[in-house]
Amino acid sequence: MMLIPCPWCGERSENEFTYIGDARRQRPDTSALDVSDETLKAHSDYVYLRDNPKGWHQEYWQHTSGCRAHFKVERNVVDHRIRASVKADEELPSFPEGR
Amino acid sequence: MTSFRLDQGGLIDRNAPLNFHFDGKAYSGFQGDTLASALLANGVQLMGRSFKYHRPRGVYGSGSEEPNALMTVGKGQEQESNLRATMIDLYEGLEAKSQNAWPSLKTDVMAVNSLMSAFLPAGFYYKIFLGSANFWLLPEYFIRRAAGLGRPNELANEDDFQHHFTHCDVLVVGAGLSGVAAALSAARSGASVTLVDEHDKLGGQGLWRESSQREWLHEALAELADYPKVRLMSRTTAWGHYDDNMVACVQIEGDPGAPLPPHQPRARAWHIRAKRVIYATGAIERPLVFANNDRPGVMLAHAGAAFAGKFGVLVGKSLVVATNNDDGYHSARILADAGASVQLLDARVEVSEALQDSLKGSNIELSLGQTVLSAKGGTGGVTAAEIGGLDGRSSRMVNCDGVLSSGGWSPSIHLHSHTGGKAEWREDLQAFVPGKRLQEGVAVGAAAGIFSTQEALNSGWQQGICAAQDLGHSISAGQAPTLGSPSLDTTPILPLWSNPKPKKVKGKAFVDFQNDAGASDVVMANQEGYRSVEHLKRYTTLGMGTDQGKTANINGHALLAQAQGRAIAEVGTTTFRPPFTPLTLGAFGGPHVGEAFAPVRRTPMHALHEASGASFVEAGMWKRAEWYSRDGEDMWASIKREALHVRRAVAMCDVSTLGKIDVQGPDAQEFIQRLYCNGMKTLAIGKVRYGLMLRDDGFVFDDGTVARLDENHYYMTTTTANAAAVLAHMEYHLDVVWPELKVRVASITDQWAGMAVAGPRSRDLLQAALPHVDMSNHGLPFMGFLDTELAGLPIRVLRISFSGELAYEVHTPARFGPQVWQALSETGKDFDLMPYGTEALGALRIEKGHVAGGELDGRTTPADMGLGKMVAKKKDFIGRLGLLREGLSREDRPRLVGVIPADGRSRIIAGSQLTEEGQVGGFGKVTKSLGWISSAHFSVEHDCFVALGFVESGALRQGQTLFAASPLDDQHLPVNIVSPHMIDPQGERQNG
Ligand SMILES: [Zn+2]
Repeated sequence: MMLIPCPWCGERSENEFTYIGDARRQRPDTSALDVSDETLKAHSDYVYLRDNPKGWHQEYWQHTSGCRAHFKVERNVVDHRIRASVKADEELPSFPEGR
Repeated sequence: MTSFRLDQGGLIDRNAPLNFHFDGKAYSGFQGDTLASALLANGVQLMGRSFKYHRPRGVYGSGSEEPNALMTVGKGQEQESNLRATMIDLYEGLEAKSQNAWPSLKTDVMAVNSLMSAFLPAGFYYKIFLGSANFWLLPEYFIRRAAGLGRPNELANEDDFQHHFTHCDVLVVGAGLSGVAAALSAARSGASVTLVDEHDKLGGQGLWRESSQREWLHEALAELADYPKVRLMSRTTAWGHYDDNMVACVQIEGDPGAPLPPHQPRARAWHIRAKRVIYATGAIERPLVFANNDRPGVMLAHAGAAFAGKFGVLVGKSLVVATNNDDGYHSARILADAGASVQLLDARVEVSEALQDSLKGSNIELSLGQTVLSAKGGTGGVTAAEIGGLDGRSSRMVNCDGVLSSGGWSPSIHLHSHTGGKAEWREDLQAFVPGKRLQEGVAVGAAAGIFSTQEALNSGWQQGICAAQDLGHSISAGQAPTLGSPSLDTTPILPLWSNPKPKKVKGKAFVDFQNDAGASDVVMANQEGYRSVEHLKRYTTLGMGTDQGKTANINGHALLAQAQGRAIAEVGTTTFRPPFTPLTLGAFGGPHVGEAFAPVRRTPMHALHEASGASFVEAGMWKRAEWYSRDGEDMWASIKREALHVRRAVAMCDVSTLGKIDVQGPDAQEFIQRLYCNGMKTLAIGKVRYGLMLRDDGFVFDDGTVARLDENHYYMTTTTANAAAVLAHMEYHLDVVWPELKVRVASITDQWAGMAVAGPRSRDLLQAALPHVDMSNHGLPFMGFLDTELAGLPIRVLRISFSGELAYEVHTPARFGPQVWQALSETGKDFDLMPYGTEALGALRIEKGHVAGGELDGRTTPADMGLGKMVAKKKDFIGRLGLLREGLSREDRPRLVGVIPADGRSRIIAGSQLTEEGQVGGFGKVTKSLGWISSAHFSVEHDCFVALGFVESGALRQGQTLFAASPLDDQHLPVNIVSPHMIDPQGERQNG
């Protein structure tokens, strides 16, 4: 069972958290009433498409049974190591390739 | 019966005799025995029947690797099956039964399976499905009865089980020499240490193999026990290693039926989070594979030595011990020293002199270049063995009463493997050892392939210090102790996977005893194309079962490699998955059984409902009043009475379970606008509005109401079922999608009680209860709300209706819920007020055509539910782009309709499919479904069952007759499609 570092609460057991998903996908700005094809496409990608990388993955988690904040972690989906964790509105640090 | 018990030796207490029964017969053993050692001491060798062929089997190992001696232990509710006799500690009054045999272990009529073995080849279950369609049913019928393990206990277990959570610097798994060394050096360095071992005593084989080892173990364990930060746990199996060094263990306080110390549970499940894990899990001996190597009386060489050394039981007087490695010599020596005459067969032609010298002065006759080719015997045990060279020629029979073999040792790398660690083949050891690791776990001693005693101890000592130093503990632990006995000059192991089978000998050479998989099955599987170890496992079942191939895997995989002419390293090994050994399910359930299985949520007015005769239904974790029985009524009578009372007078329903969310902040209005698909901008302070929430893909997510309390303050309700999901949905959009919006949300579901007061007389009642408030249509119009007081208690009255009648909801802080309910009930006496439950609530909303859970199933759009006009055109909201998709706006999508039975009386079954044909199903017949029934109930207004459903081109079908088909209930009911608003379509009642 993973230990997940919540930026607000510190390392807590996995069963306090809910996995939300890919942190790199971004919901396009849909505020314009006339919807362009590009926006439609971008929105559809946001709703339906997910990368499934082997290795490092930037993802959102919610500390559901804790502070309830969403935050980003970078986790290796092969061995479940977590190398960074930041608040939802912060950028994950960049790492050299292959680390 | 001869006693096989030695006069002295072993870790048993000969002054503490214990009585027990096996298959109804009385025996006795000693404190310190296992069930297996006690049976052997009484001369009982036949302990089980094999899974598939029902071959007679004896005990094969002496520990948790045991494949054969599976038994049912205990009585009544405590009885448990498939327990390994080698792991059950004997206790006074123990009752054990054999399994998988009828009428008795000795005369098992199912043994006919053994004669039929030619018809039960490898992959039998796969092949049978290739036959004609129904052929497999016949053998399946018999196999189900004949094959199998013990029967599960159908009684509820009343024992106490507990869950424990702890953490430590260093967790050491396995308390043999290397494990104790690791624990001691880590503890001396200053680390907090937990040491677990699956056996009843800590210390491992060192306790009985040599006195110098025993003495050191006693001293070391005594020193460890004195450290305040050290926890020692015996009878504790570390069964799974999970992420971030979470090791799951089960600690057995007493085997099934064993007396427990006061206030102790039967077992504890431990979750141990360790900074470092040291695997001192040892190794498991594997047998040699030869014909009839499964006869009772044939066992692992180490097992024979352990029974002698640990339990003072000599498994035979005249033994054949066959080996291909040095350790067979140790085992032979222990057996000879205990009094057996031993013929030691070493398949190797040359061995070191030191090794040969180690036999000096013992009753052991050593033959080099020889091995065992076949065992002879039956249910009564072994009578002879055929031995000879590896070429299979020049064989001869020797009389003996036991055949023991050692085919080498396989390190227990299971925990390392659980975490994704790789297995690495060591040619010199002919064994897999831990390779690349992904967790902070390291193997020591035999688990790491280090088999010499002193080196194993050194490796434990070193790793204990390393782990502690890594964690910043720097006290010097001193030097590793020297336990004398310098390691012998070793002679490399001779790879030997299957011995030649002598001519004229019938009978299989088994690799996996529990699954009756033989060497020939491995060869056949390979021939038939099952070339990967994982396929081999599924096809032959080799490595499955309660022992998961602990003694079988390496032999099986090596035979597969041999058949393919490949190296074992290339073929690899199957993945080990938790649990390491079978575990009692009670430990997983722990205390979470019965009432403690899940939390129960009760509304503030729960006790009042109980007093009013309510029956409760579980809705999520909530207990909701379903209906209120009055004298002599049956369920339907109560429901109809309550529903009719709402339509004709006034009734009150507890709606506290609705999700409630408080929304505040300068951008609250903008957020609410984006959250709902209908317009919310014009919602004025003091007004409440129905709201429909979509997911981003355009489908309806939830519905509820929004009351605007203030400029920047909203009070939302959600459905009971979606309360948590809606909150998370809002939090996600605020945290991630629109962090610029200044809004905070909080769940206030538990903080507020709510009650619906519905019916034509509801206004009169509330006016009487609240004389200081103008309750007229002018004072509180439809979709308005006001905050006031009732009997000095703060309340919020919202004029909203779910039933379609003139109705209100009264909300109040949870702690005032009962008083407000009682105050309204008191005033209600003059208005003949009665409570109504969720059944009547459901019946009323279906009549009215209001959607709820059955309709909000995640596949429906607002237009599907006839709410298309609500969707705002001039704002952005979640789901707007999703709704633009072609498939979501097609006119022929299934749309909401009302459904009534054509005969005016039959009951419509929710979940029925709507079709044009009267009969559906039947062999090879396809009937098109036009839609489905989403919810159904009894309508008091129409005095018959009615339903809501979705049907293609819904509105156009009004007036048509279709069929509601529920093949499972054998019902094909003619139904009329009508408007979903089956009462008061203009809404005059609720608006008036
Ligand atoms: Zn947190």
